[in-house]
Parts: sequence; C-alpha cells; structure tokens
Amino acid sequence: MAAPKVIAPEFREYPVIPIIKVDAMKGNGPFIAAPQYQQPLNFPSELVDNWQEKAIEKMGDLLSRYRSFQVYMDSCVKCGACTDKCHYFIGTNDPKNMPVARQDLLRSVYRRYFTLAGKYFPKLVGARDLDEDVLNEWYNYFHQCSQCRRCSVFCPYGIDTAEVSMAAREIMDSIGKGQKYCNEIIAKVFKIGNNLGLPEPALRDTLEGLEEDIEDTTGVAVRLPLDEKGVDILLVTPSADFFVEPHVDGLMGYAKVFHESGVSWTLSSYASEGANFGMFIGSYENMQKIALRIRKAALDLGVKRIVFGECGHAWRVAYSFLNTLAGPFDFLDPNYPVPQHICEFTYNLIQEGKLNFDKSKNDDMVLTFHDSCNVARATRMGDKPGGQMEIPRAVIKAVCNHYYDMPKDTIGDQTFCCGGGGGLLTDDLMPLRVKGALPRMEALKQVVDEHQVTHLAAICAICKTQFAKVLPYYGFSMDQIVSVHQLVSNAIILTGQETDDDE
Amino acid sequence: MPMFEQGGVSVEVDEEGYLVNLNDWTPEVATAFAATGDDKIEGGLTSEHWEIINFLRKYYEEYQIAPAVRVLTKAIGKKMGADKGNSKYLYSLFQYGPGKQACRYAGLPKPTGCI
Repeated sequence: MAAPKVIAPEFREYPVIPIIKVDAMKGNGPFIAAPQYQQPLNFPSELVDNWQEKAIEKMGDLLSRYRSFQVYMDSCVKCGACTDKCHYFIGTNDPKNMPVARQDLLRSVYRRYFTLAGKYFPKLVGARDLDEDVLNEWYNYFHQCSQCRRCSVFCPYGIDTAEVSMAAREIMDSIGKGQKYCNEIIAKVFKIGNNLGLPEPALRDTLEGLEEDIEDTTGVAVRLPLDEKGVDILLVTPSADFFVEPHVDGLMGYAKVFHESGVSWTLSSYASEGANFGMFIGSYENMQKIALRIRKAALDLGVKRIVFGECGHAWRVAYSFLNTLAGPFDFLDPNYPVPQHICEFTYNLIQEGKLNFDKSKNDDMVLTFHDSCNVARATRMGDKPGGQMEIPRAVIKAVCNHYYDMPKDTIGDQTFCCGGGGGLLTDDLMPLRVKGALPRMEALKQVVDEHQVTHLAAICAICKTQFAKVLPYYGFSMDQIVSVHQLVSNAIILTGQETDDDE
Repeated sequence: MPMFEQGGVSVEVDEEGYLVNLNDWTPEVATAFAATGDDKIEGGLTSEHWEIINFLRKYYEEYQIAPAVRVLTKAIGKKMGADKGNSKYLYSLFQYGPGKQACRYAGLPKPTGCI
C-alpha cells in the first residue's frame, strides 16, 4: 500500500534556525524485522524477555569495545553548535532530531547505569531508566538519523552522532528489535550475494542486455564480464547499478572506461554488491561477514586490483575499513591503491590523456554535484587531501561544458545528506525522507535560479534513488538526478565508435 | 500478518501490502490490489497494465527476481512499440514506480536495496 500523501516543507527565504515543534516526528518508527530477517544476522528473532538487562549489558560491551563511544557519552557540554546542522531537524522541526538531543536519548540511559552520579542521583544529572517508552523512542529517533556526520563537523569535541546511532541500533538488534529494511537486505546478501536478491542467471541476463544496448548505440562491442578469472580488476558496485536508472547509466559508463583503458575486468556474482548495510546497523560482525565476500571473490577470481563503483557508504567501508575487516590484501598488485574508486580510475586516465570526449554531448545539461556524506566526510580519493571532493568534480568538468557548485556551506565536508542514507531509504520512512531533503533542495534551487542548473550528479546509489523519489516533491522532476559516469558515458568517444560525422 | 480482503479476494499480505504466499496470486488478486489504496489505478487495470504484469510474472518464474528496469523497458519496447520502451511510459501506467507498484499487483515480492 502506498505511503500516505507527503507534503514537502516550503523553501525558506533564509536558512534560519527552525522553530521547534515538539513531537513533530513522534511515532513507532519503521517496520520491525520479522524473525526470518533477524536469524541470519545472528540476532534474536523477537524482543527477548529480559531485554532491559540485555540492552544494558550490550551497552557495556560496546563501551568497552569502542573507546570512542565512551568518549561521546561523556564529553558533550551542550554548547549547541550541532543543533541546527542536521537536515532532519531542519526539515522536521522536531527537537529530538537535534544531534545533541538524539545523543541524549542514549546518553541519559548511559548515565543511569554507568556513572556514579546517575546511579545515585538520576534526576540531578538527567539520567533515565531504560523502560519501554525509552526503547520505543530509541527505535523511532535512531531511525531518523542517516549517519551522515554533518553535525560532527561542527562539534568542538568531535562527537560523532553516526557512531552513537549505530551503537543504538546494535543494542536494539541484540535484544531482537531490528529494522526490516536493513536486516532483510543483509539477509539477502548472505543468501544470494546482493541487496536486491539478484541471482546469477538474472545478473548475467541483465549484463548481456546492457552489452547489446552499448553496441546498438556506439557500434562498439563493450563487454560487461561476469565471474571471469585471471583478469586485472574486480569491480564491486552497488547492485542498484544493475537494476534502476540513473544508476545503470553509470554502470555502462564504467564499462566504457574499462574498455577504452584496455584493462581486463570482471564483476563477481558472489560479491555482486558494493553496499555494506552492516555499517548502518553498527554490527561489526555482519559488516565483516559482508566485506569478507569481496576478499573471497578477489581470491577466487585471481584479480590484481579491486575497484569500487559509485556507492557512498561502500566507499567508506572500502576506503576506511576494508583492510581491517578483510585484509591483508597482500595478494593484490601493490602498485595500485587497495581499493580504488572508479572516479580515481577514470580521473587518472583523463590526466594521462587516454580518454577522448565530446563534451558537447552533455550540452543539454547544466550540472551541479552533490557530495555524498560518506564519501565527503569519511574517505579520500587520490593522493591529496580533499581529493574525494575534487576528483569527481574534475571528472564532470572533463566531460561537461556547464558546471556550477551549490553554496559552499552545503557541499564538500559540509555537504547536506540526500535525506535517505544510513538505512532509511525505505517507503515506510517517506515523510522523513521528503522533509530531510529540504536543505539540499534549497541549495539546488539556488543554483537552478542563479545559473539555470538542470541536473544534479552524484556518486552514491542511495543518493540517486532518494533524489529520483524526492525531487518531484520540490517541484523538480525525477530524471534531474544523474550518475557521474553517466555523463562520462555520454561524452566518451570509444575507439572505432560511429560518430554523428560518419553518418 | 494482515489479510487483504476485497471483492471476494482474501489473501495474506505483509506490512506493505505485498503477497506473503506468492502462490496465492490470481488475476483477481491483481485487479483487487489495483482497486484499493492510495496507489489505486483509476478506471482499473487496462490491457497495457496487464502486458507489464504478465511480463513481470513470466520473468520472475524464470529468474526468481523482478526484471531490471532496462530489461523491462526493452521487452515492452519490443512488444508494444519502441515509443513505449522507456521508463516514462512505465511511470505513466504505474505512477508509484513500475518496480514496486507493478510488482505488488503481479504478486512478486517487493524489490529491496538502494532502489
């Protein structure tokens, strides 16, 4: 059944601090995971009887495992710097969506059970017992955080709300209160190999269809190989790239770049997923289990390099955690970064002058670039600081004549989330997703008005899907979101390609 | 799990209205799904809707998954004319998304992931 009619908030004349609306987003949160989605992740099927005791025990476990979590629980001084930095607070006006308030949902319970003052004088220090109301509040509001970490950029103590929200979800999973969207997807990765549940024959059929499409439009036989052993590169990309627009247009762009570079490459049906939702639910064990699939595929296929496609949080897991989770990767060619981002790969070829473009092929568009939160704030590309911001822009500018950035305080490491990240890209959270997109849509509106921007490019499967869904709520159209490698695909001239001049 | 009951059709569905047991599907189920809810099809399912629904079911039977959007548009383009082989046409039939809305009517599970 379709979600209830959602109305987008109005564009604000000035981006002022929102006026608080208490309990504006009060509710039961997203659908709860059924037992068949909990068990494969090694979580209890349903809420356990002694859930309070178990939740406190889990919190203690996390406090001892992650020093950062302990510091975040202890160090907030309520300075207020984070309050108006969250897109969900800006879009919903619910004060519990202020990052500090979101942290306090967990911090108040931490104080009660893990600090001396909270144990003896709970009321004096804002400590709360963990009861059913608190648990329900956790479930609701920790699924209103996309773990984008914009607030942490402004926190003088560097408190990372994403990590707090991951810890909260891990605690809830451990007592049997998991979220359907994330856990069903992780269960599918374990069973079938990707978030979609796309089995090998369907994947093969889909890739063959894409090969036909590229040959039809260019006259060049560009391959999208699957499970080919002994090739140079394993491409790990979000499964949405196989399935929906504009993602698939980006996938065809990667294939064209690989083709033109002359390297051999393959996709893997076993590791046919770049995404790693284990991070969203804060589960190290599940995140590792998913990451190990990539290692196994690389070993089984005997590749020399691993390249990641356009997926925001996948790149965070790949760039920041892959070696710890699934390393060492000493079997790969040490002359290349492990792993490498497809934008880096394309950028390097552009620098070497190895790709030919007809930029006019993108002249029907005026572009801007949406920095995806995980890429901008948790990774890097290339060998210079800020490469994760500069390299995708350099790729776009190499293939497009018309490009303008959105306002400075909404891009780069201050980028606003698309509104659908962190495991919230589900229909049952549509009102939140629409409202949370407000600041990004306002920034887009500004460059649309000032520079006649027509399209928003992104390098994240979640961002692309989220924008395709929410753009219409703000008076734009769903096809105004494009993949960066879709632009590359439009402009690249393959060796031997039939061009308009030939006709 | 809740029951969906409408016009003589009584089937078990999940929270989002998708069939729990795929074998419960009959053409009457599709017709009943399309006649209710916020995403109902005004005027009911036409032969154009049925082309899509039937293709989805056939593809699912072979591959155990809904077809990717390119696979679907290509197949529809071949069958119903090149001008209909695009997502614009599919969205004109199923405004809540051919993937999700049409899959529900066709009795397929909801596609998951970053889509």
